[in-house]
Amino acid sequence: MSETLALHAPALVILLPLLTAPLCFLFSRAANGVWATALLVSLLSFLCAAFLLEKTFDGRVLSYHFGGFPPPLGIEYRIDMMSALMLLIVAGASLLGLLFARRSVARELPAARQSAFYVCYLLCASGLLGVAATNDAFNMFVFLEISSLAAYALIALGGDRDRRALSAAYNYLIMGTIGATFFVIGVFFLYAATGTLNMTDLADRLHALPVGSRSLYAAEAFIIVGLALKIALFPLHVWLPNAYAFAPSAATVFLSAAAAKVAIYALVRFLFSVFGLDFAIGGETLNAVILPTAMIGMIIGSFSAIFARHAKRIFAYSSIAQLGYMMLGIGLESREGLEASFVYLFNHALAKSAIFMALGCIAYQQASMKLSDLHGIARDMPWTMAAFTIAALSLIGAPLTGGFIGKWLLMDAALAQGFWLIALVIAAVSLMAVLYVWRVIEAAYLKAPTGRRRGAPRAEAPRREAPFSMLLPLWIAALLSVYFGVDTRLPVGAAEIIADSLEAAGQ
Amino acid sequence: MTPRHLVLRAVAVLLAPAILLFALYVQFHADYSPGGGFQAGVVFAASLILHALIFGAGAARNLIAMEHLRRAMAAGVLLYGLTGAAGMTLGGVFLDYAPLAQSAQAGRHVGVFLVELGVGITVAATIVAIFRAFSEHRQDIGQEDW
Repeated sequence: MSETLALHAPALVILLPLLTAPLCFLFSRAANGVWATALLVSLLSFLCAAFLLEKTFDGRVLSYHFGGFPPPLGIEYRIDMMSALMLLIVAGASLLGLLFARRSVARELPAARQSAFYVCYLLCASGLLGVAATNDAFNMFVFLEISSLAAYALIALGGDRDRRALSAAYNYLIMGTIGATFFVIGVFFLYAATGTLNMTDLADRLHALPVGSRSLYAAEAFIIVGLALKIALFPLHVWLPNAYAFAPSAATVFLSAAAAKVAIYALVRFLFSVFGLDFAIGGETLNAVILPTAMIGMIIGSFSAIFARHAKRIFAYSSIAQLGYMMLGIGLESREGLEASFVYLFNHALAKSAIFMALGCIAYQQASMKLSDLHGIARDMPWTMAAFTIAALSLIGAPLTGGFIGKWLLMDAALAQGFWLIALVIAAVSLMAVLYVWRVIEAAYLKAPTGRRRGAPRAEAPRREAPFSMLLPLWIAALLSVYFGVDTRLPVGAAEIIADSLEAAGQ
Repeated sequence: MTPRHLVLRAVAVLLAPAILLFALYVQFHADYSPGGGFQAGVVFAASLILHALIFGAGAARNLIAMEHLRRAMAAGVLLYGLTGAAGMTLGGVFLDYAPLAQSAQAGRHVGVFLVELGVGITVAATIVAIFRAFSEHRQDIGQEDW
């Protein structure tokens, strides 16, 4: 049994949600039934991902040949530590998001669209899982598009509550499609130059080509820009704040935890495993491009967060800043930097999903997410705001939280290379995080509740604590973000192995 | 009263079945000649779109309801996926069709046939649905709501 599972797990982890989505669409009309099926499938997918992580923790690599055709001819799924960690993050975020989703979706979406939400959610999850698992460049593009198309639909589903979700989804659609097109143009350049799409094979054949080949420069540039659009890397981030702010709460939870991270994974895969730093564009140029843009993105994202008035938008802007941290570690191009990036990525997924779940709990009770309408909300929703505070501490990087570990390692990596300016920016941006988090905390804990809340249809009803089914995943995520700040074996252990293997591949 | 566009109607009545038949040929003869599920689906959809263009949206709705189109879209994907999964449960890997029949060659015939059929169904249904979505579009956001 264990043998069969080990054989098929790399495919099952994606196929389960991918095939359940049309099945749900075809056979089920009741939203609760679809939700339960989606939850079950997400759980199974998560167990597969955990199983794969355990299998690869000793540095082993699992390979799955689709249709029985061996690579490089056939499509291969290749699960190494980095893929397994991403699978775990995506499947975990999908599971938490679904746990949270039932009551939230029931309130935010009209009954006719609730099933569609879960179907899109499953498709989005399977797309992101596929990107993490596949070792085929074109297959990666296909999965990137599956996840993106489903994400556009998920965001647009917020349109029944707030019409601005439609224009946000449309913006994302345009930007995301440009990004995907750039990515696939890059892949075609690679295919034209080498005649293969298997990424391991690509890396081998690329390095047999003469250095300085123009088409390879073009390929790498297209792939970097395309993926940067998907990551929402400054200055290509403009689609993100509105998309996150107006999407249904449960969709924001999942997308903020998983979507950009998977694009970062894809970028790391191409930069380090396929191209390598001594080839095509090369490490020095990348260094000069990624580090400044990451730092500017961190600062601008944090400034925008400090001045935003919409609670969800504050943390959407914060995501842009946080993505900058992860890109910093990649831009440092050192073993320590990569390790820090992956630790950061892991912890940020937990903290951000907890924060958006807390905001989703608030959105469950009142329509307006304006900061001025959150005054005194901690009195009515103490559990929600307590979990929010814990997650926000991790976001800031307070000691004993996961965020601290990530920032510590990142600063360490920057100082090890003598980049004191970067270390300074890391510290400054953390202080800016204190500012924007404090604005929410202050409104929730210290301000007196205002009488009537504008735009709230249930203004007469007193605000109450969110239902248990929503608090449970919120607290799981919040407590885990503390747990992984104390017991760092999983994120740091995994990140070390990833950094080692990337460094080995880069040479 | 003679119906309008008599020539167009007469030609469409003659052409539509021929196009459908050609779509099935492209679908099922693709093992030996150019074609396949995607192309066949597009050709199939073309005949339904031709019908809708000539006879109007009402006749198109009578011909096949949106609800059935939606089901067909999902059913095609599912047929593809389940064919792949069948190979998995019968001892192969995903999308390995060899275990589907007595001999590996026959199994691959069956597998590719089913998979391409799934592609054809989904593509045909999706293209008609996209056409319908635009042709029957109602403006559900008033000008002042923007």
